[in-house]
Amino acid sequence: MPAVSKGDGMRGLAVFISDIRNCKSKEAEIKRINKELANIRSKFKGDKALDGYSKKKYVCKLLFIFLLGHDIDFGHMEAVNLLSSNKYTEKQIGYLFISVLVNSNSELIRLINNAIKNDLSSRNPTFMCLALHCIANVGSREMAEAFAGEIPRILVAGDTMDSVKQSAALCLLRLYKASPDLVLMGEWTSRVVHLLNDQHMGVVTAAISLITCLSSKNPDEFKTCVSLAVSRLSRIVSSASTDLQDYTYYFVPAPWLSCKLLRLLQCYPPPEDGAVKGRLVECLETILNKAQEPPKSKKVQHSNAKNAILFEAISLIIHYDSEPNLLVRACNQLGQFLQHRETNLRYLALESMCTLASSEFSHEAVKTHIETVINALKTERDVSVRQRAADLLYAMCDRSNAKQIVAEMLSYLETADYSIREEMVLKVAILAEKYAVDYSWYVDTILNLIRIAGDYVSEEVWYRVIQIVINRDDVQGYAAKTVFEALQAPACHENMVKVGGYILGEFGNLIAGDPRSSPLVQFNLLHSKFHLCSVPTRALLLSAYIKFINLFPETKATIQEVLRSDSQIRNSDVELQQRAVEYLKLSSIASTDVLATVLEEMPPFPERESSILAKLKKKKGPGAVSVELEDGKERGELNGGGDRGGDAAIAASNASTPSPSADLLGLRSAAPVSGAAPSAGSLLVDVFSEAGPAAASAGVNDDGFLRFVCKNNGVLFENQLLQIGIKSEYRQNLGRMYLFYGNKTSVQFVSFSTTVSCPGELQSQLNVQTKTVEPLVEGGAQVQQVINIECLTDFVDAPLLNIKFRYGGALQNISLKLPVTINKFFQPTEMAAADFFQRWKQLSQPQQEAQKIFKASHGMDTEVLKAKLLGLGTALLENVDPNPENYVCAGVIQTKAQQVGCLLRLEPNAQAQVRTRARAHTQMYMHTHTQMYMHIHTQSPSVLLCAALIASLTAVCVFLCAAANQAWRAGNTQLALFSLALFLSHSPPLSFTPFFHFLIHFSPHIDSTLSH
Amino acid sequence: MQFMLLFSRQGKLRLQKWYVPLSDKERKKISRDLVQTILARKPKMCSFLEWRDLKIVYKRYASLYFCCAVEDQDNELITLEIIHRYVELLDKYFGSVCELDIIFNFEKAYFILDEFLLGGEAQETSKKNVLKAIEQADLLQEVRLHTDP
Repeated sequence: MPAVSKGDGMRGLAVFISDIRNCKSKEAEIKRINKELANIRSKFKGDKALDGYSKKKYVCKLLFIFLLGHDIDFGHMEAVNLLSSNKYTEKQIGYLFISVLVNSNSELIRLINNAIKNDLSSRNPTFMCLALHCIANVGSREMAEAFAGEIPRILVAGDTMDSVKQSAALCLLRLYKASPDLVLMGEWTSRVVHLLNDQHMGVVTAAISLITCLSSKNPDEFKTCVSLAVSRLSRIVSSASTDLQDYTYYFVPAPWLSCKLLRLLQCYPPPEDGAVKGRLVECLETILNKAQEPPKSKKVQHSNAKNAILFEAISLIIHYDSEPNLLVRACNQLGQFLQHRETNLRYLALESMCTLASSEFSHEAVKTHIETVINALKTERDVSVRQRAADLLYAMCDRSNAKQIVAEMLSYLETADYSIREEMVLKVAILAEKYAVDYSWYVDTILNLIRIAGDYVSEEVWYRVIQIVINRDDVQGYAAKTVFEALQAPACHENMVKVGGYILGEFGNLIAGDPRSSPLVQFNLLHSKFHLCSVPTRALLLSAYIKFINLFPETKATIQEVLRSDSQIRNSDVELQQRAVEYLKLSSIASTDVLATVLEEMPPFPERESSILAKLKKKKGPGAVSVELEDGKERGELNGGGDRGGDAAIAASNASTPSPSADLLGLRSAAPVSGAAPSAGSLLVDVFSEAGPAAASAGVNDDGFLRFVCKNNGVLFENQLLQIGIKSEYRQNLGRMYLFYGNKTSVQFVSFSTTVSCPGELQSQLNVQTKTVEPLVEGGAQVQQVINIECLTDFVDAPLLNIKFRYGGALQNISLKLPVTINKFFQPTEMAAADFFQRWKQLSQPQQEAQKIFKASHGMDTEVLKAKLLGLGTALLENVDPNPENYVCAGVIQTKAQQVGCLLRLEPNAQAQVRTRARAHTQMYMHTHTQMYMHIHTQSPSVLLCAALIASLTAVCVFLCAAANQAWRAGNTQLALFSLALFLSHSPPLSFTPFFHFLIHFSPHIDSTLSH
Repeated sequence: MQFMLLFSRQGKLRLQKWYVPLSDKERKKISRDLVQTILARKPKMCSFLEWRDLKIVYKRYASLYFCCAVEDQDNELITLEIIHRYVELLDKYFGSVCELDIIFNFEKAYFILDEFLLGGEAQETSKKNVLKAIEQADLLQEVRLHTDP
């Protein structure tokens, strides 16, 4: 039985709880609970009306049972009945039950809301608080709809009791967090801000949480809070510890309020008003000074409260990042904490110093603590503290201390906790790359990594070392020598074999002069590991072997023998079997010249952001990913020449004059070197150069916008977290767009919000209305948003879509252009030839015509072109132009203000087409998952077909590679190539994968090999 | 603050308060996993840890663990003192509180918490004011004969 039972203890409840506690087994407990549930059920259903007390007692028992972890499916109605009791305790239990066990039953919600409404208008502060607590605890949208208008009024009313104000402020905060669209502060803003001046400290403490949240979302509307916050803070900081009576906590005046004030100030830049800023700097200095004073109490609560304020002040100093003096003082203070006997303080100091390390003013000051931090990494007994130390070492690393830090991290890795090894490996790999002065050190470091923690070395890490070795010829010999030595170890990690196979295959010749590493020795060393490796590694080794045949003709017989063995040529794995068959044939049929070309050394990789860095960001739940899409500014050419009153004509003619910017149906996706999308062409030209689906999946976001010029549905954006799909429809000058936000992770996105804005003059040209989306997107879920668009007059820019949400605590911010272009408001117009040319001639003034000449870089497929022109929104007029090669289109752009007729002619030039072919097929790079990359020289029709399909087909094929394989065996080269092309165009390009160069000459020999 | 859990050394939940909308299933999973994680930690370890995407602040008082999950920008030390203030409030109300008080008067523990924290933020940090509100509520209760079985 309880030692204390205050108020009116419910004896029946206490007995029940005792019974449950006395149950010896889980079964006994369940039995007892079921008995009680049956009893309560019969009481509730009984004929005799229950009195309030009994109802309360049973509802309370149900609550207890629920909190034990059992399901409760009745009693809600009785709880709701309690809400309207005029006895406080009954009401209180009713509210508690509702708060804990909310039910989305609409009938109940209405009843609950009614009860709440009655209590809110009761003018009894205790009842009002109960009702507000319930709203704050449940925080559902239905409640926001019912009360979001009423609560601000209660909050600022002059006659509201302080305790009710406190509840109202936090209640409103909860509603705002859940349904920001329903809480409109508008007229209340300034009175809410002035709550910072309230006499009652409790009111200020509660209100400031609300103000901070509102300020972070609408900084401009609330900016008057800055000076109020500074003066309030200043009064607290300078007050004696007894001034604030019960708001002083262990000799620290108002620690909670101080922290919140400092937190609020972090929503804003430093105050511009000199006086305010001076006062604030004074506060911050006082806080730093107080940290040096002897403690007023030995209690940990005293130092915690004092240091809580200190850390919050340091956060503000770091946030401002403009006061070198304060930054350095903060750093020194944290330095003292690094050796404090309190683990908590050491942890926080390491964490806080991490952010200080990134400020230019304090980076050097942070670096002076390197020895202490290294020591923490070695000696801290708590893994979470060691993790912070590793983070700080990473943050303070620069060229001057990289070798020391990397060495320490490597040695820590040998004993590090399993949970953080992978992250440590990535960090070491990044630091080694970022601060490598000589690349032999880099190679050593990565090979050490693989040796120490091979299991935790992700693909990205070894890809990266290979990229770097390939790109720097000064380190290749060293790399070959080191990796050869590393492979000597009797047991080495598979990742080491991969790196070894790759590097020796490319650069084994650089160490072949030494008899200890002669070609045959190298081969035997690699092959001794072969049988212990997984299929992908074996595949890589086979490719290394064929490279050996080219590098060292003397190994040819040995290697052919290996390839010919049953375990290769009849391997059950189709990839291995295929490689063995093809390599064997290649080595026996191709001449040395052909072999040398096909198996040429890898060319340098294009420079790009380190894939490891990308991986680390991904692991951390990427920080602020900001994606700004390429904009088609040259759109001026499309309609800039148009006369506003009359018709404008657009003619895109394809003359033979070459223009370097044009890239008609170009293989942009296929050329790895042109990873940066060209932006020089006009909109129309860019549209026609649209990359194939392969590029889309590569995440080349620049294409996202342009790809939608000629189509209305598809994927606008995709990263590791989020996919945004679009469906849109347009009629006349109106459009409706459905955006689908898909959460690709298993973690929910919170505070999900989107805004669509029309920058600059677009505001007066487009009318865009959006419906808000739910702020919570569950993992794997998709939410839809509808956007209505009205075109008022012609426009050039596109509306901006900004998406914000928190993923794993980190704020994500994505900005995209919404693909709303003027041509969406095209209405196709049919007209006869005479009509067309009469109008065409009428539009003869220079400002009525826009012309663009561009070179086609790819074979022009009539159907593809037609589809594009139709996608543009115009009508394609058949039998209008006397020249059958030309395409003629007409349409009317519908805006609210006016209608603009447009005529369009596309005049392809046959010669250009020839040139196109020539260009498309001499330089075609394709990526495949087998890490090959082909370089085709041919005039054969089937290959042409292939090339044409690569950029344009849209079917999704997974088994095409296998189909190609089959077709080859069956002797159907054309089908094989066709399938291969499809496959190539849909497999995700492994942008960071080190590719084997595999140059296949479709010379007659190989043709025969293939049909073999 | 996202949620607060009170649990015993045996891992039994004594009080749970959720300030973010989560399904019952998710709540159960979070409590189970987190309780396990914290019970596995040694006494001298740091009171803060990163757990999944949350910052966890916890402290043990006798047989009970008090554990809060806070957001990234929240202050760990002040959260630790929120826990302490809540313990002080319980202590003052029950008169040197023990686990049994919280088990048998769980509804009171919830009421005190609601007076102190609302929607995950401090509503009233003055010990006097919180207790005054609770005492007033207790005064509103009329004396009853305990006649139930």
